[in-house]
Amino acid sequence: MADTLKPEAPNPDTDAYAHESELDAHLQTKRMVINMGPSHPATHGTVRLKVELEGETIVKIDPEIGFLHRGFQKSCENVTWTQCLPYTDRLNYLSAMMNNFGFLNAVEKLIGLEIPERAQYIRVIGSELHRLTDHLTCVGATGLEMGGFAPFLLAMEFRELLHDRTAELTGARLTTSFGRVGGSNRDLPEGWIPRVHKTLDQGLALLDEMEGLLTNNRIFVDRTKGTGVISAEDAIEYGYTGPALRACGVDYDIRKTKPYWVYDRFDFDIPVGEHGDNYDRYLVRLEEMRQSIRILRQAMDTIPAGPIIVDDWRIALPPKPEVYGTIEGVMSHFKLVMEGIQVPAGEVYDATEASNGELGWYLVSDGRGRPYKVHVRAPGFPVLAAVPHIIEGKMLADLIPTFDTINMIGGEVEQ
Amino acid sequence: MADADLANIVTTRRDESMGWLQSIVSKGLGWARKYSLFTYPYATACCGMEYMSVAASRHDISRFGAEFPRFSPRQADLLMVVGTINLKQAPILKRVYEQMAEPKWVVAFGVCASSGGFYDNYAVLQGIDRIIPVDVYIPGCPPRPEQVLDGLMLLQDKIGNQVHRIAEREEANPTAARHNLLLSMNK
Repeated sequence: MADTLKPEAPNPDTDAYAHESELDAHLQTKRMVINMGPSHPATHGTVRLKVELEGETIVKIDPEIGFLHRGFQKSCENVTWTQCLPYTDRLNYLSAMMNNFGFLNAVEKLIGLEIPERAQYIRVIGSELHRLTDHLTCVGATGLEMGGFAPFLLAMEFRELLHDRTAELTGARLTTSFGRVGGSNRDLPEGWIPRVHKTLDQGLALLDEMEGLLTNNRIFVDRTKGTGVISAEDAIEYGYTGPALRACGVDYDIRKTKPYWVYDRFDFDIPVGEHGDNYDRYLVRLEEMRQSIRILRQAMDTIPAGPIIVDDWRIALPPKPEVYGTIEGVMSHFKLVMEGIQVPAGEVYDATEASNGELGWYLVSDGRGRPYKVHVRAPGFPVLAAVPHIIEGKMLADLIPTFDTINMIGGEVEQ
Repeated sequence: MADADLANIVTTRRDESMGWLQSIVSKGLGWARKYSLFTYPYATACCGMEYMSVAASRHDISRFGAEFPRFSPRQADLLMVVGTINLKQAPILKRVYEQMAEPKWVVAFGVCASSGGFYDNYAVLQGIDRIIPVDVYIPGCPPRPEQVLDGLMLLQDKIGNQVHRIAEREEANPTAARHNLLLSMNK
């Protein structure tokens, strides 16, 4: 029977040419459109990403927002300037104090008001505390979504410690509504500074441990290094600010370029990345946390004594003995509570460096006690807008780390 | 005639007059179900951050047997609505609820989910109970983790005291919220 044997059929497991031809063969695929979100474990905000896939490659992606639109701007127009504060808390709910202080700073700029030095220090301390919580949540959640639960738990433990200190300072863990126009509504509590120093010591240990689990982790590095790349020119073009921009190598931080409050008195560095990929964004956030701790320690060591709010009864509430004891006090208190602060007519734009970038406020006042218009330049908005540019043509798996490290927050983007 | 009233009373008595074996089964199922809640965290806003805190090691929701978040509604029996639901989000929430298998429970986490909170405006749904039934409301903006754990324990008590039956497909779900009402309407 040997003569009937045909020439051997190509064996795809052994023949080199078979391999090549298989790779070249065109697989018939159909484009698939899938929805990521609006309720998806890996989208921190509620955003819907309509992803068009060819195999596992993303051909087209379309972010859709509006699932957390809560009418922030309209709500602010109906209340006094001070009553806007709770609404600002819930823009970027991870760093409420930075929103509070940014808003107050813009209002004070519109009035033309200089706040007391101690209040400026309190604002720096509050801001840096909440920069830490924001970055911790971002980095922890990134670790979680790359499959590591332990870094998330370590980050949350540090965040809990910071929440405890925040609660002592402001009375609330998350939504602080801290500060008032003209200064601060509360002073630092008794014995608070040593406790924060201790918390930061504990936190640094947790941070080191978390970094040890992530920075050289093969899985984490493979998924983040070289993915989600954006060039410095494109990033500027899109309006990137904050850690996402600095990861591209652009040294831009409002705390340095246009120092507000007392940031020019502290010795701190601005970490700058090189490649603009997810790994650099992660590293920049880690280093920013360490710099925040440096700023916090310096600010707490050098905070001066003095008043915490301006002594002007048209802006700040009069002290309680005056309210109960004098007719002027009662009148000022009544007018401030019922009519609000009489901010002069005009418009202003003011920006502070929030945890995700430039948090800008465009305020218009018509001279009455309520805002005529409040608009927020949310740092997350341009960052989200560039996602199609970053991710189109890349793999679906790259979308998750990219979306994590840009840290878009639904509350502020959708307002 | 007072036909409807009569029917109601009879239904209630029939409901109460479970056999001994039936009540043992019901208690056993209730005990098992209340300590193995698979949560679907429908996290939208600020409250999601406190949900993270509850899930993490300090407050550790796993002590109460509800630690395992399932992000598929088909695999979950507790829908935690964590955060603001606005009008664009509402149909999605309703659909997620409908996709969940029986028995299922709903927790409104935070005031936005419970009543709309201070977002009393054109965009926000004034409480999720306008579209889906809610078992436990947890107030707070956002609630502290301790409050959430308290709410979870309330829900567990509720589940423990509910009537659980082994597959009676003819009837409305006996463990659903307001099931008494549904039963009396059917009869």
